Amino acid sequence: MTLTHIECGYLPLVDSAPLIIAQELRFAAEEGLDLSLIRQPSWSALRDMLALGHIDFAHMLSPLPIAMSLGLGGMPAQIDALMVLSVNGTVIGVSADLDAKMRATGWVNSFDDPKIVGQAIFAATSNRVRIGVPFPFSMHRMLLDYWLARDPNFDADRVEIITVPPPQMAAAVKAGALDMFCVGEPWGTVAVQQSDAVLVLPSRAIWQFAPEKVLGARRGWVEENPGTCHAMIRAVYKAATWLENPTNTPLAAEILARTQHLDLPDHAIDPALSGLVVTKKGDAPLQTDRFLVFHEGAANFPWRSQAGWIAHQLAKWHGLDAAQASQTAHACFRPDIYRAALAPLGVDMPGASQKCEGALHHPTAVASTRGKMILGPDTFFDGAEFDSAQEN
Amino acid sequence: MAAGRWPNPSVAFLTGSVKSTVKILVVEPDPDKARDIIDALTDGGWSDVTVIATASQLDRTVQQQNPDIILIDLANPDRDTLEHISLVSDPKARAVAMFVDHTDEAMTQAAIAAGLSAYVVNGLQKDRIKPVLETAIARFRMLSKMQSELDAAKQALSDRKTIDRAKGLLMRARGISEDEAYTLLRKTAMGQGRKVIDVATALVTTADLLR
Repeated sequence: MTLTHIECGYLPLVDSAPLIIAQELRFAAEEGLDLSLIRQPSWSALRDMLALGHIDFAHMLSPLPIAMSLGLGGMPAQIDALMVLSVNGTVIGVSADLDAKMRATGWVNSFDDPKIVGQAIFAATSNRVRIGVPFPFSMHRMLLDYWLARDPNFDADRVEIITVPPPQMAAAVKAGALDMFCVGEPWGTVAVQQSDAVLVLPSRAIWQFAPEKVLGARRGWVEENPGTCHAMIRAVYKAATWLENPTNTPLAAEILARTQHLDLPDHAIDPALSGLVVTKKGDAPLQTDRFLVFHEGAANFPWRSQAGWIAHQLAKWHGLDAAQASQTAHACFRPDIYRAALAPLGVDMPGASQKCEGALHHPTAVASTRGKMILGPDTFFDGAEFDSAQEN
Repeated sequence: MAAGRWPNPSVAFLTGSVKSTVKILVVEPDPDKARDIIDALTDGGWSDVTVIATASQLDRTVQQQNPDIILIDLANPDRDTLEHISLVSDPKARAVAMFVDHTDEAMTQAAIAAGLSAYVVNGLQKDRIKPVLETAIARFRMLSKMQSELDAAKQALSDRKTIDRAKGLLMRARGISEDEAYTLLRKTAMGQGRKVIDVATALVTTADLLR
């Protein structure tokens, strides 16, 4: 069988694992695809390469396709999110200096309580807190904003958001250019090891089920190549299923370390896959459930309500019409294509394509095609619920 | 690098003063490459060129230097920082936008292919940006070709060293000549469907481990 050659851009982060596994364990080849992974130096470069047709698919920050489709940023284009590649998986950390000041206020790091951490940050310093994020259109920045803006002592002047490429995050903390950061693994772990940074929260403490990366493609190309898109979704879905099985974790870490795609040692990859995170140099690792989710709880399903939540934040930041932004965003997330692609595998699918985000406090059985689907938890730290249907 | 900062009167005379008033900021950590880009721009008639090594202080630099165009390598991770600056809606700050000419996609594609991205400050007119970009694209294309040739030469040299070490190890261990050692490496590589360099690297690594 002749394989269809496709090129997929990615950034060397642990959450690109479904793409690497799809290629290395030949899930892509089984679907008739000759998958070539093209490493990108920055999110801007990845975005440009996708928009200009130099790559077919891309590992994207979940807000990026929506921002591009809304015409925000340097390279507007109609980009669709065909599936979610990963849920959660990022960490928030502070510099050793801010950590000491926070502890002086009586704060104790439990690595799970956003309210207490927020109070400690604003009590510890009256200076403007400089916070590093990897890209302006990222779930990192959205979660930080959602969290800090709800602190009673928050004021827009008290924080400064700075974009720093993830591999430079540790150095920026060490150089005293950042007080705080939100970054995807392994770069949080690297900051702990190299810069004495202290991890104060996994991002999932803010939103327990935040879509982190999605599989993006140009809408025009998607329409012209439905079969290739379906095959890619199936290949990545199988890889995600394989990754979710805990017995495969050691082998996954070895494959990710061995194959040069990430160019990272095993010990930098392990924490994200195992959820055993060292928050401070020399401390014992803490077990964090659902730290990085590849498959469980219908993680790969591109919920239109997730797109709606992202559009809501973007509309607020950039002064866009909320209803229009939401409509554009809903059209970017493609549960229709996802369902069609996985139909031949007989995969259990949710009855609806949107849900009330933040409503599930526990794993909950929901209506699905095979009647076996369990979703959640997906709550926000402040207990709020986001109903995309009502926002429109 | 200082030479690039002051207007060159003879060039300004030859090419007209309008051209030289375009202020260009280059973000490039490699001083040699930066000098090369300045030279190309100066030769083209743009003499007001400033170079910074990293984009970390870029917002401040943009305020101080007041550039019209910012040029940066497509592969430079600092691009994401630039992207952020282009979105900051501070009314006091100067507007920075990525240059994409939708009426001239060939130009954007040529820039991407050459590994160059450009940002325009305060919406300088297209006709004044294009010649700068054309010059920069040509230079970036040349530099990236030189770089890949240099990388290939370095790789070849490092492969040669590894193969020499592997030959030496075989000669000592098996008491054979250099030619015989190379023939053995080649035969093994062919038998396993691998490259000579891969077999040599494996041998050298193993020998280092056993030492």
